[in-house]
Amino acid sequence: MQVATGGLLGADRQGRVVVRALEGLCFTLKDGDRVGLLGHNGAGKSTLLRLLCGVYEPSSGSACVKGVVGSLIDISLGIDPEATGRENIYFRGGLLGMTKAEINKQIDGIIEFSELGNFIDMPMRTYSSGMHLRLAFAVSTILRPEILLMDEWLSVGDERFKHKAEKRMAELVQATNILVIASHSREIILQTCNRAIWLEHGKIRMDGDVHTVAENYFTNS
Amino acid sequence: MRNSSIIIALSDIALAIRRYSMVGMLGWQDVRQRYQRSALGPFWLTITMGVMIGTIGIVFGQIFNSTMADFLPFLATGIIFWGFISSVIIEGCTGFIAAEAIIKQLPIPLFVHVLRMIWRNILILAHNIVIFPLVFLAVGKPLSWIAFISIPGLLLVVVNLTWIALVLGILCARYRDLPQIVGSILQVLFYLTPIMWMPNLLPQRAGLYLLDLNPAYHLLEIVRAPLLGQLPPAINWEVSLGLALVGWSLSIMVYGRYKCRIAYWL
Repeated sequence: MQVATGGLLGADRQGRVVVRALEGLCFTLKDGDRVGLLGHNGAGKSTLLRLLCGVYEPSSGSACVKGVVGSLIDISLGIDPEATGRENIYFRGGLLGMTKAEINKQIDGIIEFSELGNFIDMPMRTYSSGMHLRLAFAVSTILRPEILLMDEWLSVGDERFKHKAEKRMAELVQATNILVIASHSREIILQTCNRAIWLEHGKIRMDGDVHTVAENYFTNS
Repeated sequence: MRNSSIIIALSDIALAIRRYSMVGMLGWQDVRQRYQRSALGPFWLTITMGVMIGTIGIVFGQIFNSTMADFLPFLATGIIFWGFISSVIIEGCTGFIAAEAIIKQLPIPLFVHVLRMIWRNILILAHNIVIFPLVFLAVGKPLSWIAFISIPGLLLVVVNLTWIALVLGILCARYRDLPQIVGSILQVLFYLTPIMWMPNLLPQRAGLYLLDLNPAYHLLEIVRAPLLGQLPPAINWEVSLGLALVGWSLSIMVYGRYKCRIAYWL
């Protein structure tokens, strides 16, 4: 059964369609690993990230993840457009597992970083999409998890802010023990990672040094 | 194997309870979001409820020929608590479905979403409770000290509703037709349970089926009777406690068994 894209489609004994998104994966990540996930759309990259962050549990086999996992997969999740920027810092921070006291300590830094000024006390529906992302970015990158998961590199704002955000991202990646990032960008993968896993139809096609894998992936596809 | 699934369920519930500040925040946010930019906010619920109680009270009070001093407080307490019970059950059905975005992104204990829904409805109930003193004042019925007994009663009701919401949340995530069925069952239960009609109007035999065998009646009585100045008979408490025990054992088994599937069903 070979499909153009996506995982394997099949049917179970009762005739229901099942999607086999990942199959027969076996790998170990250790401290210092910066892993790039490569693969076409539907190869299972996001599913693997969700599995690593504990949203999905493997339907067979086991996943053993030790350490605090932080994910920067959807940084706008939990934002209420009717609430003010300040309130949303608490909502978003709370969802990420921060306590009110922790947010109180960080909030000035977050507001300053986002450069929103007086807009911070306006409802978020009055923000432009760029301002929206700035705030979401500023809150979400406050945490320093031991294991960091990302679906595509975060890049927000205008030229000047982008520069600042890049710096923040670099710090974040520096501080984390293990980074797993799914990306389609050769540049990003080569810049940030030291190891790459190439997924194809839910299976590992290649796993190893970032240069070798990226070279193969980007020339063969 | 069975033991490990019980541990999965209990540890998730314990972790969720430890996140009570998140539960509180999300619950408040829900209520605020629903009434954003409205001047009276959640008190619109209170007004709607009050108008409904007044209308039904006048019409059915006449039909049943009951004295207002008895019927109106009975109706008000009944409708307010039934409103709480039924909205927890209906929203319980969509508890996990509504939280899909969060469940698929963040590894937050799933029971948080059940607690959030319960908390949101408790906040709404707190708004509706304002109606009691008004009704009691209007008909000149005194509140007795017995009324405080309805606080443990309400707690027991919440304990029961929590397991019902948990089980329904799991089942409805898998079978999406279920919320509709639950809705119709609740509608039927509303007429079968003495809320709009008083139990003393029933002939003896019907009472056996509609009251003694109706769990909704027992649950409602442990909160309602004390507010009306009567001590609920022990049987109401016994049935409610039994229901909580059996229900929780069942739901912990179901939850432990299917918790890891929920994210896939969404």
